[in-house]
Amino acid sequence: MSVKKTTAPLMEEITGPTPRQILRKRVTGHTGLLFGLAVVLILLFVAIFAPLLAPHDPYAQSLSSRMVSPVFLGGTWEHPLGTDHLGRDYLSRLIYGARVSLLIGAVAAAISGVIGTAMGVAAGYFGGKVDAVVTFLINVRLAMPVVLVALAVVAILGGSLQVVIGVLGLLLWDRFAVVMRASTLQVRRREYVAAAQAIGASTSRVILSEIMPNIVNNLIVIVTLEMAHAILLEAALSFLGLGVQPPTPSWGLMISEGKNMMLFEPWLVLIPGVVLFMLVLAINLMGDGLRDVTAPENRS
Amino acid sequence: MLPFILKRLGLAILVALTVSFISFSLLFLSGDPAAALAGETASGEDIEAVRVLYGFDRPMLVQYSEWLMRAVRGDFGESYYFKLPVASLIAERLSVTMILGACGISFALLTAVPLGVVAAIRPNSIVDRFALFLSVAGQAMPSFWFGLILIVVFGIKLGWLPPSGASSWRHFIMPTVVLGYYAMPAIMRLTRAGMLEVLNSDYIRTARAKGAGEGRVLFKHALRNAIIPVVSLAAVQMGFMLGGSIVVESVFALHGAGYLAWESIARNDLPTVQALILIFSMFYIVFTFLADVLNAWLDPRMRSS
Repeated sequence: MSVKKTTAPLMEEITGPTPRQILRKRVTGHTGLLFGLAVVLILLFVAIFAPLLAPHDPYAQSLSSRMVSPVFLGGTWEHPLGTDHLGRDYLSRLIYGARVSLLIGAVAAAISGVIGTAMGVAAGYFGGKVDAVVTFLINVRLAMPVVLVALAVVAILGGSLQVVIGVLGLLLWDRFAVVMRASTLQVRRREYVAAAQAIGASTSRVILSEIMPNIVNNLIVIVTLEMAHAILLEAALSFLGLGVQPPTPSWGLMISEGKNMMLFEPWLVLIPGVVLFMLVLAINLMGDGLRDVTAPENRS
Repeated sequence: MLPFILKRLGLAILVALTVSFISFSLLFLSGDPAAALAGETASGEDIEAVRVLYGFDRPMLVQYSEWLMRAVRGDFGESYYFKLPVASLIAERLSVTMILGACGISFALLTAVPLGVVAAIRPNSIVDRFALFLSVAGQAMPSFWFGLILIVVFGIKLGWLPPSGASSWRHFIMPTVVLGYYAMPAIMRLTRAGMLEVLNSDYIRTARAKGAGEGRVLFKHALRNAIIPVVSLAAVQMGFMLGGSIVVESVFALHGAGYLAWESIARNDLPTVQALILIFSMFYIVFTFLADVLNAWLDPRMRSS
């Protein structure tokens, strides 16, 4: 009864899946990437709509309801995650804290990305003296202890969101420069670059429309890794009291403030730490996943 | 070999000089160091007196070269806060940090290398997956938070280990774990990748074909070659660790150089901060130099680059 297949084979049966189909299959089959992407998108949503989602004002203190336990430890739904030592709603502070972390991570990674990419691409493309200078600068940057220099600069200039972002942006460009230099070196010798040069394309045109599109995969991966790095560093600086200043709701600051009471109220330290861990884990999984999907040959 | 060492040494010295200049110029980041030092209530005359006393009235390059000349001889000036020579302050604290750094890197190597080897021998096994999970989770864990959790669990709830201080070897266990776990993912991934590559190479097949035992193949033939890049990574990580000790030491109240750095930064004690940045950088520069030389000695192909 089965109908015998008499039609000619379809185009896709001959040519196999298109690159787009392969990509889609790789993305949907990659649990880590999907999980990371989901968590990052949820936290991004929370950060953007913080004023609508937060049940209370994150700055509003209340002396009568200090250190209320979270609902799973016998608290009430009035404060689902309890309140801190000044009676501020913990969930609201957590929600606004997502803004601080994501903003610092994104802007710092963008600044260092621009610096590092410019240096790395210039070194890889021009080689010679430019390469020597950039390699030297990378060496200098790697020799300086990031946490120490960042703490010292923040202490001198005063802790604020802008200073922390600026310091991290100016310090975290090393991996961008290293990876972009190596990627440019690989791409530079390809025929299409030689072809573009042969037909008289300007240097900026060769770099922007021949080199950049072919190394942007690697760039995106480093952006995610450095974003995670910047978020962790901001938390560490704020924890040490030399990052974002109180009363700004920063997760690192929340851990620092909860630390003195962690013996009796360990959730004050646990909750912001777990959220911070989840965000950084998600960003890293997203970065690893993007690398696996777009450039599986770079997997180590 | 000698030209390689000389060239590498020249680079190390240039890097060290540049870092020293950057850490010196921190003094001028705040604007007027004399005004900062004299305090908010100081009059113009007071500030001028401080300026002359500390020599801030001279050109910056003159001050830098003088500072550098004294720093090379181990004289970093006097701490603004402690009113003691910075060099003796740091010397007193540095041993704790060096013990911590050595323990941290040993812990990382002793756990990450075996895990990486087993993961490479049995790809996709439970051990491999566990190692992968550990490396992904490890990179995402904020070290100060991890330290606090250990203090609550092992220091207080279980009472197995002292939560802070540095008076016995037991005080170093938790800080070692916290400092060391951060270097583990990178070392483990590199060991695993190196072993996987080496195990697929022709000389391993030759060794097996000759009838060499599996243990001999793995350790004498494979690991020896796979471990070479791990050496330089460990040196880099050791340098990062000394920088990371600032967070770990403040969590566990270990009074080492990292803790001193935090105290001096909070107190605006710039001579101490400058000296510490320079010393931590010097450790990194020396470690990476030694690692590169060691690598070139182990693997002659490295000498040409």
